[in-house]
Amino acid sequence: MTTARVRAHRRLQAFRVVVLTVLGLFFLVPLGSMAAYSVRVPAGGRTLDFWRQLGQDPDLRGAIVTSLELSLLTVVLMLVLLVPTMVWVRLRVPGMSRIVEFLCLLPLTIPAIVLVVGLKGVYAWVTYFLGDSSLTLTFAYVVLVLPYAYRSIDAGLASIDVVTLSEAARGLGAGWFTVITRIIVPNIGAALLSAAFISVALVLGEFTLASLLSYTNLQVVINLLGKSDSQTSVAASLASLVFAFVLLILLSLVGRRRGARRTAPALDLMAPPVAKEG
Amino acid sequence: MIATSTGAREGLEVRLEDLRRRFGTVTALDGLSLTLAPGELVALLGPSGCGKTTALRIVAGLDEPDSGRVVVGDRDVTDVSANKRDMGMVFQAYSLFPHMTAQQNVEFGLKLRGHDSTRRRARAGEVLDLVGLSSQKDKYAGQMSGGQQQRVALARALAIEPSVLLLDEPLSALDAKVRAQLRDEIRRVQLEVGTTTLFVTHDQEEALAIADRVGVMSQGRLEQLDAPEALYSRPGSAFVASFVGLMNRVPCEVQGGRATLLGTSVTTLDGSVHGGRGVALVRPEQVQVAAGGDDATVVHISFLGSFSRVTARLVEGTELIVQTPSATVQDLRIGDRVGLSLLADDLLVSATTD
Ligand SMILES: Nc1ncnc2c1ncn2[C@@H]1O[C@H](COP(=O)(O)OP(=O)(O)OP(=O)(O)O)[C@@H](O)[C@H]1O
Ligand SMILES: [Mg+2]
Repeated sequence: MTTARVRAHRRLQAFRVVVLTVLGLFFLVPLGSMAAYSVRVPAGGRTLDFWRQLGQDPDLRGAIVTSLELSLLTVVLMLVLLVPTMVWVRLRVPGMSRIVEFLCLLPLTIPAIVLVVGLKGVYAWVTYFLGDSSLTLTFAYVVLVLPYAYRSIDAGLASIDVVTLSEAARGLGAGWFTVITRIIVPNIGAALLSAAFISVALVLGEFTLASLLSYTNLQVVINLLGKSDSQTSVAASLASLVFAFVLLILLSLVGRRRGARRTAPALDLMAPPVAKEG
Repeated sequence: MIATSTGAREGLEVRLEDLRRRFGTVTALDGLSLTLAPGELVALLGPSGCGKTTALRIVAGLDEPDSGRVVVGDRDVTDVSANKRDMGMVFQAYSLFPHMTAQQNVEFGLKLRGHDSTRRRARAGEVLDLVGLSSQKDKYAGQMSGGQQQRVALARALAIEPSVLLLDEPLSALDAKVRAQLRDEIRRVQLEVGTTTLFVTHDQEEALAIADRVGVMSQGRLEQLDAPEALYSRPGSAFVASFVGLMNRVPCEVQGGRATLLGTSVTTLDGSVHGGRGVALVRPEQVQVAAGGDDATVVHISFLGSFSRVTARLVEGTELIVQTPSATVQDLRIGDRVGLSLLADDLLVSATTD
């Protein structure tokens, strides 16, 4: 019996190693090749020139800034839109939660190309009111990240007793703004963080919408650059990929900590001053 | 004492006037009226779904009545939102903010009122002391037992010196022993601070033990509001009688304000049927059992410590529960014939169909 179990255990162990190796190679080989390619000098030897170029090429630099700004704006708008709405739905119109969920998950089922056809018309107005800065892509991106952000925030809200906590806070004199910022948000910090990370990763890697709506973001410029200066473009790709990877790894760490947090303080994102409402 | 150390605050009168509330086709409150005297603790008692929580939530401002008013002192608060009503609440579900320590929880309401940190700390210290938890002030909800959490919740509600204290089955998630202990503690604290309190429960023992007056609710209305002793000994209706304490229903004949049962004639209480057949409501301790009689057969005996409960079947088939000192039933066996005699002078006799 024991030998059988030991053998089974060993087999499982071997299986794990194989899977991890295969997957690791699958992800690391292209990354490694990209890294190697981005430092190669055709005549032989290595150089970091192409990486330095990342900070120097004005187009690329601009695009990096734009994409970072876009991800920040997207995260902020997404949170401002989603958190109060989802809390409100839970508290006041629980019957609507199915509809809200459906709406939020909808973008997942619509191919980007179809989305663009719809957005074209809307963006005529967006441009009319807000100018044609690439930052207006924020609106499209909020729609794009909605399904992922919704899922993660929903899980966060499900893990606390939103109704009782907010009623307790209201009874103590808290207005809605205080309830959301001081009671709800600190208790779903991990969920918000993961929603934010996923959104950032998504926005940094986004190409289709930006390109088809004729805006410039990081991926659009990398793509353009690929035609003239392929090594710098690969360096930029690699940098954005690694950045997204790091975010996702951080996310899984945060997610793991959430389980252990039942007894410890949650991260209090809005700790200091209490908002006073009239 | 708290009240003196932070500026004494008299309890306020609280009036619920003809409250009505419907949820779709369900009528949760059907004209509930209730007045709590200043500093009084009233327990709302009733079966599940009779509207107790709805009533409490309307007083708290967490729900709105379709019609009717809530008046605190001489202020009509019906249209005031929950965060401006100045009421302390303790819920059935654990409601401590998980990301704050006990002390921070207690300070939360004070912070919102703009008190500075010295004053907050002092006040939090006082109320945590009052509920006997000063030593736990740095713990998070997840590190405390259910009873401790509810005590912190009570301290948190009291910290803001509310005009009214609202408790919605705060003990129902706790085990029997902690429950009885905390129940007495809530009463002690309430007497000490003198806050007018509405305590919702479906546990009649709890209601009788803690309240100045108990309001028995049924289907969205108040059936009877009375002191615990009065409610127990002079129930105003068959519903109240059967809901508060154990009650035997013994068929009897009524004539001219008197009923005859178990060979004894007793006066009928107000609200009884006036004549003909009826059902007398008899408490288990209002009957005496004696070996060797010929009124009933013993069908069951349960030993409850100093008291025992004997179930006896009358000749015509009615079963009667008798509570009696255990010493008197030592020699009784199931199947024995026993004599029963009535110890009451007056009884409520309801219509047979009730
Ligand atoms: N938000 C709501 N939506 C629909 N129906 C409701 C709602 N709240 C209460 N009800 C209904 O109103 C009635 C009274 O409910 P309430 O919660 O006041 O009862 P309760 O006396 O507190 O019962 P319990 O002892 O079980 O807590 C019930 O029939 C309940 O189903
Ligand atoms: Mg209830």
